[in-house]
Amino acid sequence: MVKVKVNDIEVDAGPKDNCILAARKAGVEIPHYCWHESLSVVASCRMCLVEVGETKPDGTIAMGPKLVPGCQTPIKDGTVIRTDSPKVKAAQQMTLELLLLNHPLDCSICDQAGECYLQDYTYKYGKAHSRLDEPKLQRMDKYHIGDQIALFTDRCVMCTRCVRFTREISGTAELQVVARGSHEEIDVFPEEPCNNKLAGNVVDLCPVGALCSKDFLYKKRVWWLKQAESVCTGCSTGCSISIDQNENKVYRLRPRPNPEAQGHFMCDEGRFGFKYIHDERRLSTPRLSVALASGIESQRKTTSANFAPDLNFADLWPTALTKARQKIQDAIKADPSSFVAVFSPFMTVEEAYLLAKFIKGIHDKARLVLGPVPSVGVDDKYPKGPKGESPADGNVKFTIRAEKCPNRLGVEAVLKHFEGSVVRIESIAQRPNAHAWYIVGGYTSGWVTEAIDKAIGTPSLLIVQDIFPSPLSERADIVLASGSFAEKDGTYVNHAGLAQSASAAVRAPGEARADGRILMELAGRTGLFNAMALRKEIGAAIPELSVLGSGDLGDQGVRLVRFAKQATAAAT
Amino acid sequence: MSDSEFKPVLLGRVGRPNSQTLASYRADGGYEALAKALKMANTEVIDVVKASGLRGRGGAGFPTGLKWTFLPKDVKGPIYLCINGDESEPGTFNNRVLIEEDPHQVLEGIVISSFATRSTTAYFYLRYEYGRCYRVLKQAIDEMYANNLLGKNILGSGYDLDIYLHRGACAYICGEETGLIESLEGKRAWPRIKPPFPAIEGAFRRPTVVNNVETMACIPHIMKHGPEWFQTMGIPKDPNNPRDAGSYGPKLYCISGHVNQPGLVELPMGITARELIDKHAGGVWKGRSAKAVIPGGISMGFMSSSELDTPLDFNGPGRVGCLGLGTAAVVVIDDHTSMVDVLYNACRFFAHESCGQCTPCREGTAWSTKILERIREGRGKLSDIDTLLEISASIGTIPGTTICGLADGAAWPIKTAINKFRGEFEEYIKSGRRSESPVLAGAH
Repeated sequence: MVKVKVNDIEVDAGPKDNCILAARKAGVEIPHYCWHESLSVVASCRMCLVEVGETKPDGTIAMGPKLVPGCQTPIKDGTVIRTDSPKVKAAQQMTLELLLLNHPLDCSICDQAGECYLQDYTYKYGKAHSRLDEPKLQRMDKYHIGDQIALFTDRCVMCTRCVRFTREISGTAELQVVARGSHEEIDVFPEEPCNNKLAGNVVDLCPVGALCSKDFLYKKRVWWLKQAESVCTGCSTGCSISIDQNENKVYRLRPRPNPEAQGHFMCDEGRFGFKYIHDERRLSTPRLSVALASGIESQRKTTSANFAPDLNFADLWPTALTKARQKIQDAIKADPSSFVAVFSPFMTVEEAYLLAKFIKGIHDKARLVLGPVPSVGVDDKYPKGPKGESPADGNVKFTIRAEKCPNRLGVEAVLKHFEGSVVRIESIAQRPNAHAWYIVGGYTSGWVTEAIDKAIGTPSLLIVQDIFPSPLSERADIVLASGSFAEKDGTYVNHAGLAQSASAAVRAPGEARADGRILMELAGRTGLFNAMALRKEIGAAIPELSVLGSGDLGDQGVRLVRFAKQATAAAT
Repeated sequence: MSDSEFKPVLLGRVGRPNSQTLASYRADGGYEALAKALKMANTEVIDVVKASGLRGRGGAGFPTGLKWTFLPKDVKGPIYLCINGDESEPGTFNNRVLIEEDPHQVLEGIVISSFATRSTTAYFYLRYEYGRCYRVLKQAIDEMYANNLLGKNILGSGYDLDIYLHRGACAYICGEETGLIESLEGKRAWPRIKPPFPAIEGAFRRPTVVNNVETMACIPHIMKHGPEWFQTMGIPKDPNNPRDAGSYGPKLYCISGHVNQPGLVELPMGITARELIDKHAGGVWKGRSAKAVIPGGISMGFMSSSELDTPLDFNGPGRVGCLGLGTAAVVVIDDHTSMVDVLYNACRFFAHESCGQCTPCREGTAWSTKILERIREGRGKLSDIDTLLEISASIGTIPGTTICGLADGAAWPIKTAINKFRGEFEEYIKSGRRSESPVLAGAH
């Protein structure tokens, strides 16, 4: 720790901090464009100019004669930073006036308006008018810069964050600066658009409205969006994200900086992969087969057309859940070992715990198995080398993992506790010896393989809790329409044992319900689903998940004890 | 030593028949200094150069020997010497003459300097426009390889050196040392932030020294005649200023603009601008008088007619508000020329050549050009003058708002032109006159 003074506020800063970070710790903002924590320092935007001095041994303060960029200037004990002197304020005003010289001031039609650092800094540090009397430079917008990215060239402040991102993080180096002086532009090589799997990050990195996401373009004013802190469920990296929604519709996902999970970024697969949550094919009501609904079980049919269409609105869930509970209890009591509950790696820890506890509470012999764990290819590591090769182990800055689900480790921890070991559905598919199934889906797309379909067959009881119709839901006795990741509170444990809490952003479509709420009622537990209370209960019940016991995992999550030990061992 | 006794040192062989060939250079005692240096320890060579007080001729005037000592002591792996031949300061052409007419003098200096700095590779960065220089240098380097003056075991000393000739791609910014290094590495010539300085981490992330061509040409003479001889020329240190390193040695002055005999002259440091124009350039042309004189390339700003007795050493121009001696490229502007036009031309050059990395320089140079363009169109406002001054005061490394000195060079012409000729600007704007003169020769 080093002691520095920022505008007369004394603060302890880290020895490797620059002036911007040190000032941030003192609660003082040093405006900046080009500097970004996870990119190299170029000190070119000149927005972060500050006065820096040092404290002499006799206690006097010697200020440096020049302005220095706060991003590039290291600190040491006794460093004095001033961000409020007339000299600094004049430099900030001048830099902003210069940045706005050729800026079109088209905030009214700019997507970035509301979260634009040019707007914010001009409001805080700039002045209200420009002395430019000449026509502004006008440049062509570049919609070709990437499949997901558009460049509004004349809004650019040439901070080169995007260029450095493609060079340093993705390693694909599509973006570059062309031309010179005030005619400079960001561009790509002809026919070589910026389409790498991390490309969407340049939109977040862009501090102004120059790089915009085509997916989000002109869809919503950002000030109408409400944020929910969540976790991306696209792969086992478990990127911390913010879900931006308005009126129950998710408009975009953005990465939330979390050094414990993924850093500052997320991949495009995750970023744009949320569309399925608004798919109109989603299951939106709980359904009973006609046989169950009418009580005449001999008339049982297995096509969806026969599902009871006329259940009273208010009766839907109570009827479905009461029936389900009763059927499960009956089936387990009749033959416990032929009852199988299939857990999905898309479930949160809380959901897995509720279901496992409920099933095992009826009879210890009822079986719990882990559903399919989707996996595609191998881990995709960045930055890529010049020929697209993966980086050496020590240099990996971002990984898109092959395991395309968020919570295998969390669900496994619950299964191990209740079942003793993790049984994969694939291992029992040949001889399932089961007559009753409770199946949880929640996968982003069709997950029922032929093998699974065949293994399950047409049992005497089939209950499916899922978000999309599948061959199983078509012939299920009871279908419980559940929630996607954006619709539920809960905890996910990523590939490195980091348990992160996610909160719901939107409501499930139609009559569908978040899984936690379904399982609370199914298990006959009183009260509302409360992820924090459940975490406390789980922490006390399952030793492997003891870190959840605090209930609040913070915005960066906590690491399971087993992994924390590994991390310490690796560090030492 | 008075000017009349002075015999050209660096230009001593220029104009002789076959001055470019190795044989003629050797006949005039060439490469004796190299042989002498190779018998010394490399630190001894540095000491000699340090003792001579040689200051870099590229513009900043940093003591050369001192620069060499900034290299780390125990370095594993290569050290590089880069020769800055990107002579792009308007009005400057001394490197061109040195290379075209006497390449071996420069190359001998490079070999000695490489030996002194323990470099085994030297990169000669040559501006693209100098095609003849390139061909002459290439031939000279080939001759040296053939005669054991380059390559392995030079002159039997056990010292190895390779020189690579690298041509730039027409950008002023490549003359900035870290811009040059970036360009040499094949990147966009965006000057680097310092620290680390090139002596610690330069070309290809290795310790690097960047020296000017004229500096290199001085080295063989210093080795041959000794540091004391070098100090017989020029202006000695100011005893009252401990930070003054003196202005020793011969200097090439490029004279151009409105004079009768533009050209390159070699004189001991410290001649006054008036003497240079009247004695060595045949006076201002057409019987006119000088309104303004640029002491060392346009980036140094202007001296007014009343400041012509300023000595052109490393300190002189600074005393009259100019940025420094720069490249000692003296450009004379006669009293028939509008300073508005001159300044417009200067601003246009810097707006064109700004690399565009730092906001203040990128936007400030373009903005000042736009303002002057408007003034020249007869639509100026008196407040424009203060706006120009404010722009010039807020760009550059001196206020601390840019990475490299290009912006200082862009600011100084504005500052000095307006401070010294403010009346003319005001009169021009009030008259509402449209500039009839065509746009002066541009950056290309």
